[in-house]
Amino acid sequence: MAGDKSLFSTPTVRHATSRDYDDVYEPAEDSFLMLDALEQELDVLRSMKPTVCVEVGCGSGVCITFLARLLGPQAFCLCTDINPKAADFARRTGRENNVLIHPVLCDLCGAVEYRLQGQVDVLLFNPPYVVTPSSEVSSGGIEASWAGGVKGREVTDRLLPRVGRLLSPRGVFYLIVLRENVVEEIETAMKHQGFTMTTVITRKAGREHLSVVKFHRVR
Amino acid sequence: MKLLTHNMLTSNIIKGVTKGFPLVINPSRVEVQEVDFNPDFITRVLPKLDFTALKQAATQVGHADKLPEALPETADFGEDLQKTLHHVLLQVEVLEGELVCPETGRKFPISNGIPNMLLNEDEVS
Ligand SMILES: C[S@@+](CC[C@H](N)C(=O)[O-])C[C@H]1O[C@@H](n2cnc3c(N)ncnc32)[C@H](O)[C@@H]1O
Repeated sequence: MAGDKSLFSTPTVRHATSRDYDDVYEPAEDSFLMLDALEQELDVLRSMKPTVCVEVGCGSGVCITFLARLLGPQAFCLCTDINPKAADFARRTGRENNVLIHPVLCDLCGAVEYRLQGQVDVLLFNPPYVVTPSSEVSSGGIEASWAGGVKGREVTDRLLPRVGRLLSPRGVFYLIVLRENVVEEIETAMKHQGFTMTTVITRKAGREHLSVVKFHRVR
Repeated sequence: MKLLTHNMLTSNIIKGVTKGFPLVINPSRVEVQEVDFNPDFITRVLPKLDFTALKQAATQVGHADKLPEALPETADFGEDLQKTLHHVLLQVEVLEGELVCPETGRKFPISNGIPNMLLNEDEVS
């Protein structure tokens, strides 16, 4: 692996044609914030020597590809999406960046959560977080990238109760939240499962106040 | 889809399916891709595997010849076995085909190397 410059550079998506982004979420400020959070967490992540990493809702695949590159071939990096075009695109992103990632099409982490219970060391989710009417929360296609329903939390709230079962004892969960998502409520829900929350990074992007929050078990 | 990924998939997302594991593989296109051998990775991932399911999957895709019936009891496997495991877990890729739920027979397509475990609303548990 080359120096840290290439380690931290945004994974290339040069394989994208302009039409790909009609169907797949184009890497945007929220995606880059996740990359920056992971970069900032590099020492923590490396010192825990993760073996299994999962990204829910991989979209273009830039986040899981970035993580796979940071951690090297010691980590098994699996990702999911409900959008077939996204999973396909992510697979190409991994390949273009010379890392092995393993996309699966399923709702949240449904198809892997039974076998991976208690095994996931790093979990990522940049959910559809925009506040929309519930009816817009869709089950595929580009709308599923952003439409988050009430408080922008309808999809996130379905994942939260499963996190405790999924994560290994030392496992960590990184989640993108928007100010409108009322992060205090997420914090409370996770506290009931024994997790503490810290804010890794916050940024104002246009009108969006975005943060990456991190959950780990109280020891 | 690598067989490592297959080892993590279950169909108990379907209403009424209790275990849904292992999924049967009906491959129609299988490819072998060169991946750097990393013995450390194999050692770390092995405890997370169901070896019986791996053996069955490897047989279904025609790459089981060098895999033993069971893993040795000792922690130290030797390089040959590690390389065989590396090959079966990471180099063999099912590009096209289908996965079959062992309890209901529900088929899940594998296309372009990606298993599609999406369900219709009325199938969800
Ligand atoms: C905001 S985009 C993030 C994409 C990518 N991770 C990034 O950071 O650029 C949200 C992604 O989640 C996916 N998604 C939405 N609902 C999902 C669900 N129920 N299960 C899995 N993925 C889902 C969408 O298809 C979309 O690709």
